[in-house]
Amino acid sequence: MNTVVSERETISKPNALQRTAAPSVLEVEGLKTYFFVRQGIVKAVDDVSFSLKAGEKLAIVGESGCGKSMTALSILRLVPDPPGRIVAGSVRLDGKDLLKLPESEMRKVRGNQISMIFQEPMTSLNPVLSIGNQIGEALMLHQHLSRGDAFDKAVELLKLVKIPEPARRAREYPHQLSGGMRQRAMTAMALACNPKVLLADEPTTALDVTIQAQILDLILELQERLGTAVVLITHDLGVVAETAQRVIVMYGGKKVEEALVDDLFEQPRHPYTQGLLAAIPRLDALSGEQQAGRLKEIPGMVPALVNLPKGCTFAPRCPFATEICRSEFPPYEAKAPGHLAACWHSEKVEGAAHA
Amino acid sequence: MPEAVMSVEGARAPAPVLDVRDLKKHFPVRKGILRKTVGHVYAVDGVTFSIAPGETLGLVGESGCGKSTVARAVLRLVEPTAGEVRILGRDILPLTKSEMRPYRRQAQIIFQDPFSSLNPRMPAGEIVGEPLRVHGIGGKKERREKVAALFERVGLRPSQMESLPHQFSGGQRQRIGIARALALDPQLIVGDEPVSALDVSIQAQVINLMMDLQQEKNLSYLFIAHDLAVVEHISHRVAVMYLGRIVELADKRALFANPQHPYTEALLSAVPVPNPRLKRKKRVLQGDVPSPINPPSGCHFHTRCPYAMERCRVETPPLVEIARRHWAACHLREPQASSAPVSTAA
Repeated sequence: MNTVVSERETISKPNALQRTAAPSVLEVEGLKTYFFVRQGIVKAVDDVSFSLKAGEKLAIVGESGCGKSMTALSILRLVPDPPGRIVAGSVRLDGKDLLKLPESEMRKVRGNQISMIFQEPMTSLNPVLSIGNQIGEALMLHQHLSRGDAFDKAVELLKLVKIPEPARRAREYPHQLSGGMRQRAMTAMALACNPKVLLADEPTTALDVTIQAQILDLILELQERLGTAVVLITHDLGVVAETAQRVIVMYGGKKVEEALVDDLFEQPRHPYTQGLLAAIPRLDALSGEQQAGRLKEIPGMVPALVNLPKGCTFAPRCPFATEICRSEFPPYEAKAPGHLAACWHSEKVEGAAHA
Repeated sequence: MPEAVMSVEGARAPAPVLDVRDLKKHFPVRKGILRKTVGHVYAVDGVTFSIAPGETLGLVGESGCGKSTVARAVLRLVEPTAGEVRILGRDILPLTKSEMRPYRRQAQIIFQDPFSSLNPRMPAGEIVGEPLRVHGIGGKKERREKVAALFERVGLRPSQMESLPHQFSGGQRQRIGIARALALDPQLIVGDEPVSALDVSIQAQVINLMMDLQQEKNLSYLFIAHDLAVVEHISHRVAVMYLGRIVELADKRALFANPQHPYTEALLSAVPVPNPRLKRKKRVLQGDVPSPINPPSGCHFHTRCPYAMERCRVETPPLVEIARRHWAACHLREPQASSAPVSTAA
């Protein structure tokens, strides 16, 4: 664990180091989650593979409908069925395929070995249970604590996530807490059983920036202290840059790029990633102009995932697209050590970045 | 203080399109079976600013700071409690409904949520043409032509005029909202988080469209957002609100490069920057935004301010001009007593 922590501090070390460091705790391979609806098949997650090392911070970034949340729900087997179904792939936690487990075994994984933080703490907390009892629930179930012990541990956890007056707050209900405090309580709940993997689905999107900074700090601090591996799902490239070690970019249900965070921001190898980075107004490059110039647009819109045509999903919006892009999805290739991208024309993309 | 604000801004620029003075909106909090008023939410508590022709004023702040209430109050979509709202020089608050009409034409609004701000049963063309119909402008055919032209201008196909809102994507719906706001050729458009609900790649399209339209028609924008990078990009000047009050107001560049209020400083420091090599010293604010029902005494920010002094707890700092065209409400930044009259005289 310590090696990983120190790697974060010297964050711009060569890629090879991190590639070989810790063993993988979670391996997702060829995951396909489809929704069978009247209009056809929605390929929400289509052939997504990645691995997560113990204590690693991985970000999955993409726009709405790109399949990032559905990837997380598939890992926990929480896909609404029907209409959704995991049709192929494997999700291995320490080598054990979760997709093959009976439901009763799967319940021992959820909230225990893998837990999740959701975007909207108000809708994901139970409004009629006190905070302390909600956190204690997981402890009673997974660690077989008595009700009283579980409550005491819950108070301790609330203290860990820096909620002032934890003993009083533990007896309060979700509506009595502010948005930031609810997200802290949910973090406490997710970490109650000391999970190996924490899936955080847009944990700060509903929060104000000053509160977002508090919560991200908290998640990172606890992540390092407890050695939990984190999958951070977000649409905010700023959050990615400041928290993740490695990044996966998703578009239209597919993984289109994967790289260490520095490499991705420095040299995006997929035209979608490049387009995204150019499309955001940014505070670190103050224009100095009275009013800034035009932003780079990605033309067109995010595709509907029903009955997608063959070929690269990004081709209709891509400035580099050619015939082959429209007929065949490009293979995942290592364009540089540890830097995967699915693009037929990544040399051109690279050239454009330097132009 | 408001007098000073006005005299300075009035001296440098043409007559403002929107001129807001000491605007207040207090919502009563009622409790019990008799609905007795037990307190007030001080949503907007004395806000003063103006917007020149062709200018964008960005208004930022966290949720609950009152920025959306300002947007609604300047258009009288909620009735302000006190203050003045001058559109093209005329205070619109005492006007009757019919007297308001010509001013409503001059000031339009774009909402945040492109899903709930369009009537789901009305074809897009009718939505965009409705303001023309309501104000009795042109005949049926003329209106249709105008709507078709608006569709083209905002990047929609006129052939989509018969489609219903659900047949459009989020970005396209926001374009419909923009076309509707443009229909009456207003001079001022209030954008209440107009790009916040959009995906990054679509957001850039809409921001570009709004900036192009501004150049073309010399529009003034009151642009409300919580995303500081977006506001930095689109605005000429920026006002920062905290619990119902403006705490800092300055030219965009000055505000972002040289923030003077501790809250602005903290806000800027909290924004995650998409550059992993940039390792910044973050100043993370502690605590939550206090409730606007019982805001803290003195400077509202003193409960979270790292520099708070005894004086901040009792005395409300006025918004003063601490450098040319740079206003801040902080005891730490107050000029020496001798220089205070100078700014008033200017």
